[in-house]
Amino acid sequence: MALSDEARARLGPQAAEIIGRYPKARSALLPLLHLVQSEEGYVSLDGIKFCADLLGLTEADVTGVVSFYTMYKRRPVGEYHVGVCTTALCAVMGGDVILADLREHLGVEVDERTPDGKVSVEHVECNAACDYAPVMMVNWEFFDNMTPQSAREVVDGLRAGADVRPTRGAPRLCSWKQASRILAGFPDDQAAEGNTAGPPTLAGLRVAKEQGWTPDANGSGGTQ
Amino acid sequence: MTTILTPELSAHWDEPDCFTLAGYRRAGGYQALPKALAMSPDQVIQTLKDSALRGRGGAGFPTGNKWAFIPQGDGKPHYLVVNADESEPGACKDMPTMLNDPQVLIEGIVITCYAIRAELAFIYVRGEVLHVARRLLLAVAEARAAGLLGSNILGSGFNLEVIVHSGAGAYICGEETALLDSLEGFRGQPRLKPPFPAVAGLYACPTVVNNVETIASVPYILQHGAPDFASFGTERSKGFGLFSLSGHVTRPGQYEAPLGTTLRELLDLAGGIRSGHRLKFWTPGGSSTPLFTEQHLDVPLDYEAVAAAGSMLGTRSVQLFDETTCVVRVALRWTQFYEHESCGKCTPCREGSYWLVQLLDQLERGTGSESDLDKLLDICDNVTGRAFCPLGDTIQASITSSIQYFRDEYIEHLRYGGCPFDPAASTLFALESA
Repeated sequence: MALSDEARARLGPQAAEIIGRYPKARSALLPLLHLVQSEEGYVSLDGIKFCADLLGLTEADVTGVVSFYTMYKRRPVGEYHVGVCTTALCAVMGGDVILADLREHLGVEVDERTPDGKVSVEHVECNAACDYAPVMMVNWEFFDNMTPQSAREVVDGLRAGADVRPTRGAPRLCSWKQASRILAGFPDDQAAEGNTAGPPTLAGLRVAKEQGWTPDANGSGGTQ
Repeated sequence: MTTILTPELSAHWDEPDCFTLAGYRRAGGYQALPKALAMSPDQVIQTLKDSALRGRGGAGFPTGNKWAFIPQGDGKPHYLVVNADESEPGACKDMPTMLNDPQVLIEGIVITCYAIRAELAFIYVRGEVLHVARRLLLAVAEARAAGLLGSNILGSGFNLEVIVHSGAGAYICGEETALLDSLEGFRGQPRLKPPFPAVAGLYACPTVVNNVETIASVPYILQHGAPDFASFGTERSKGFGLFSLSGHVTRPGQYEAPLGTTLRELLDLAGGIRSGHRLKFWTPGGSSTPLFTEQHLDVPLDYEAVAAAGSMLGTRSVQLFDETTCVVRVALRWTQFYEHESCGKCTPCREGSYWLVQLLDQLERGTGSESDLDKLLDICDNVTGRAFCPLGDTIQASITSSIQYFRDEYIEHLRYGGCPFDPAASTLFALESA
């Protein structure tokens, strides 16, 4: 796929803004790669050359960085990219079954898109939400406490164009390209929205309140 | 009943606007910053030393000492880099902190940068949690608009900018020097130490790298004073922190408590192991820390007592597994994690993790032999201490400890000719249908 002249012209000022954040230009490489991924949905050879030219690097240098990080894709993934956590605890709690079931249900290999281009699936390593295991990510938003059935419903809904909402995070699910754009440092308007504290997040606080152990109850913080 | 939980960082997470500047101020936020700015930077560093706060990212290094290592009057820019690359299997405390209360992190950053004389700070946040990136960008924008970041903060003459930098998927970037290489736009591979980041960190300039929870603890210490903070915890492990319970527990989640609290106490508040089951093994601080069993329920969860019992406090990431869980499978899966996340720079870690996976996989399938256990231990012995960075050193944690406590279970796989456990019995949905 080629990065069009129009796209280059549009991305140029945004790329300059990213580079301007840093004391040294090369620090901009990771966000620049998120930016080109937001344009094409993956990091193409054109995208690599775009970044290399801006930073005065060789394409080999940039390719070496791209291949190191799992979030950069070298071929198109679905509009909704699903990551099922299969690190030990999520695997044991059901992640292994969910991943196997989803791949069979969708008939796709890892990182392969469904024929409609809507959904792709991969295994992800621990996504820092173990208290909600088993966890599934869609475009890097949390779908908590999944079962094979609920995971199927999510991908079926996404393919049907239904309003599928994350358990925690933004109420409107971004596309894969939009998500990459936020990671480049250009947020959408959803920062102040969405539920972010499910029962596990508040588990200790609730017990403490029941027992009267909160700082307010103690008069001031730190009074034991 | 004696006070067990001490919600401070998590005290306002149940309020709908706790992530906003207004919500944070209402909860008492930004009262510590004027106090800090009225002190000299060295006084702030001394306050942190007096508090005895130790780094909350796993290693437990005294924070005030780390800050004091930054050379002063050296004419070089100084940097603070917040390690928000939370990726240790089991660790899930920094993401809820940043989702629900990003301003406490910003206030901590301003105070820290004032102390170490830095005018630019970075939050290196893992890329795989989109809403955290949004919340951090919002928090920086709100703080900047309110004059809490930018130039001449609160009229003090102190200037600071904060850059939110999203990673791209690599566990190794949680290692501080790999993080710095990644932030400089390279593959995230660790650097040889020394020089330590305090001397030659980001762009070869003096740099403090601190975990999210460490920096988020700073406003409390300035607000309430070092003696107050140090009144929590045990003799050498002061203060409080988030304990993250996950797995086969009735109410998993975040439990903020003084260091030195025991799992028995925490489990009691979390409703115990899921109904009808009993605890088999657990990690005190994530997958990099050797397993504990039921016999360790009363070990005080502080740095010293956990180490004395043969493990590490790490990130207080308590992963609980009941008797339905195959320990060989879990050790295999964690080892696969390290194989996947090994950066490939050094041979012991890259090759060792590969061969350990091969052996564990055979044992889990029941096709290995008893001598494989000795071979596993031998490889672990050859990787540990010979790897370039701590990732390699921690691969052995679950393998050696699982053989120590559950050698018979490995043998049972060989006798049975496969895994004797039913994986369906350990799932969340098995629990629901039971």
